[in-house]
Amino acid sequence: MAVAFDEMNIPGGDLRPAYQELARWLKETPPEALEYRRQEAELLFRRIGITFAVYGDSESTERLIPFDVIPRIMSGKEWTLLEKGLKQRVRALNMFLRDIYHGRDILRAEVVPDDLIFQNPVFRPEMNGQQVPHDVYVHIAGIDIIRVDAEDFIVLEDNARTPSGVSYMLENREIMMRLFPDLFARHKVAPVERYPDELLSALRSVAPHGASGEPTVALLTPGVYNSAYYEHSFLADKLGIELVEGRDLVVKNNEVFMRTTEGVKRVDVIYRRVDDDFLDPLTFRPDSALGVPGLMSAYAAGNITLANAVGTGIADDKAIYSYMPEIVKFYLGEEPILKNVQTWRCREPKDLAYVLDNLGDLVVKEVHGSGGYGMLIGPAATKATIEAFREKLKREPEGFIAQPTLALSTCPTCTATGLAPRHVDLRPFVLTGSKTTTIVPGGLTRVALKEGSLVVNSSQGGGTKDTWILDE
Amino acid sequence: MLSRTAENLYWLARYVERAEYLARTIDATLRVTALPAAYIGKTNEWDSALLTAGVAASFYQKYQEANEANVVDYLSFSADNPSSIRNCIEAARLNSRSVRTALTSEMWDTINSAWIELQAVWSKGTSTREDLAKFLRFVQETSLRFDGSAYRTMLRNDAYWFSRMGVHLERADNTARILDVKYHVLLPEEEHVGGPLDFYQWSSILRSVSALTAYHWVYRETLKPWLIADLLILNDTLPRSLASCYGNLVRNLDQIGVAYGRQGPAQRHARGIRNRLEHSNMNDIFQHGVHEFIQEFIADNSRLGEIITKQYLI
Repeated sequence: MAVAFDEMNIPGGDLRPAYQELARWLKETPPEALEYRRQEAELLFRRIGITFAVYGDSESTERLIPFDVIPRIMSGKEWTLLEKGLKQRVRALNMFLRDIYHGRDILRAEVVPDDLIFQNPVFRPEMNGQQVPHDVYVHIAGIDIIRVDAEDFIVLEDNARTPSGVSYMLENREIMMRLFPDLFARHKVAPVERYPDELLSALRSVAPHGASGEPTVALLTPGVYNSAYYEHSFLADKLGIELVEGRDLVVKNNEVFMRTTEGVKRVDVIYRRVDDDFLDPLTFRPDSALGVPGLMSAYAAGNITLANAVGTGIADDKAIYSYMPEIVKFYLGEEPILKNVQTWRCREPKDLAYVLDNLGDLVVKEVHGSGGYGMLIGPAATKATIEAFREKLKREPEGFIAQPTLALSTCPTCTATGLAPRHVDLRPFVLTGSKTTTIVPGGLTRVALKEGSLVVNSSQGGGTKDTWILDE
Repeated sequence: MLSRTAENLYWLARYVERAEYLARTIDATLRVTALPAAYIGKTNEWDSALLTAGVAASFYQKYQEANEANVVDYLSFSADNPSSIRNCIEAARLNSRSVRTALTSEMWDTINSAWIELQAVWSKGTSTREDLAKFLRFVQETSLRFDGSAYRTMLRNDAYWFSRMGVHLERADNTARILDVKYHVLLPEEEHVGGPLDFYQWSSILRSVSALTAYHWVYRETLKPWLIADLLILNDTLPRSLASCYGNLVRNLDQIGVAYGRQGPAQRHARGIRNRLEHSNMNDIFQHGVHEFIQEFIADNSRLGEIITKQYLI
């Protein structure tokens, strides 16, 4: 495994320019002061109730995501490049989704194999030929980015269904500004606070053509027991829209209404944080009580916009991911600005053979997995685990992809023994409306708090940091 | 607003009010039982605490007899008692989470902090009277802070009015219950009326609705059962009296009616109860029978809850 790229220090002792002011500040600040502020931050998070639920954890159903008070800093120039790459990628994702559910040019051109689409459980035949308002499928995309050297950003994963974490991006900034006003005074940090505004105008812009001038937007949550419930209520609050559950909605004559104390009120756009499977018991899982009976017929009738559209899961599938460079080229005729991680598709016999021979060096992921569950990190795994995975791979090769263990870049992070480098990734949030695509500068930096660990998922003990883009 | 949001706000306010009432009941009961036996006679105060809390039946499914330890535990901490203080605070927090967008940050902070303290400090209950006193103060302060936050920070719109309705409906129910139980227990014993025994019993009623000082201000008299009944039922200057609760309920319902441009059965029913209270006097009530009067009131009050639910909350 290569040596990780250090975002703060250049080998030999010099600092990278974006971190110079921070380094000066850190030198002046006694460790006790840092520790005191870390505790204060934790208290704030707990009081505000910024928590997430952990499934199957009976000890406590709500946990805090650890917050690291040392910001992660990027130069404006680096960001400009990243932003361009993200917009390009999301544009291609949207075109790909439209194509898959309509003309399927890309399949006819044999750029992506048919069976990857049609045999994929997240492909939604219900969406075949269906017009979605303004042709936008992925209104909110969370693209996971890692850095391996000074020049390159690499996409680790495209989250095109219901990406979460944006509340942490916003709250982390709030709390940092409260705790470290002096540090902000010494930097020019691009603000992130207009995200809710951007999100609301993006959602309004994609209202169905028949909606009134002031379309009604609502956020659909599975409810208080969902792991991202805090985020749902936070966003509804910031957007000034109703936070609804399935039981608050009712479909009449293919229109969607919410039940209010003054009778029913029409809803035009639903920012849904409920998975496809649970949206409508009449179309999808009949045993689910989270959704709204009839929602899909209202959708088919063009009376409601769902953000993100139904069926977008096919674009964040890890098997499709490996085709993203080809997908960008196919639709845009451009070279992809952001690279992909080299990926072996275990469904292809040649790749499978390679993977089986090199299991100890690779990361193997379930094609449909998320949250860091069900993966093998070869270099960190025991022999027995590797052998168990080998059997799984042989049994169901199409269920897996493999990637080299990447040296995720590191940032200085508070640890029990003082500041130390820890691996990070970055999830910026890309918003697509009817006419524009926007990204607020930054995103959610996730950090693996355990020494040497590469797993940044909150469900696996990762933490978060504020992400600073310097406005130069 | 969403019906579910209104429902949650309404119940949230009820849970907080109920928790406070339970804390007051325990507090008042402790005071009476701390008196020498000569002053309180043979009545089991813990029994009547269970009765006023409306949980006697479920309590006796679990316990043989009522004493300080098991009643305090049942009313305060028991997971089996759906209206224990702990369950009230937990339900209040769950409701708060699901309507966070309708709460001000001060209200959320109050409930969330109380819930955190409940787990951090009170997860094992209390072992000494000192501890218990601290716990009861914590519950009452939570309720005061919550009420104060709502009063000082909420917009005066339907969210506020639904939450106030929860407070007053619950409060009316609590006041009515305590009167009913105490009159039931105390009044038949004619020969003791005015004796020292009754004095402490009656003062404990007033304490449990925080109206002991108010009584003296209003009547400038020694404690007399009919005056206590007058204060708690008819005197609308006392915030916990039935008359005062109904003045507020009618006002809140009217405000909603005006805002929505529509009146309905809830407004009519509430007005009917208020009018009856306005046109009653203690003589009539005693003639009719205090117990009967209060029983009818409790039924009417819970009927209003059902009507509000049907008209707005589902």
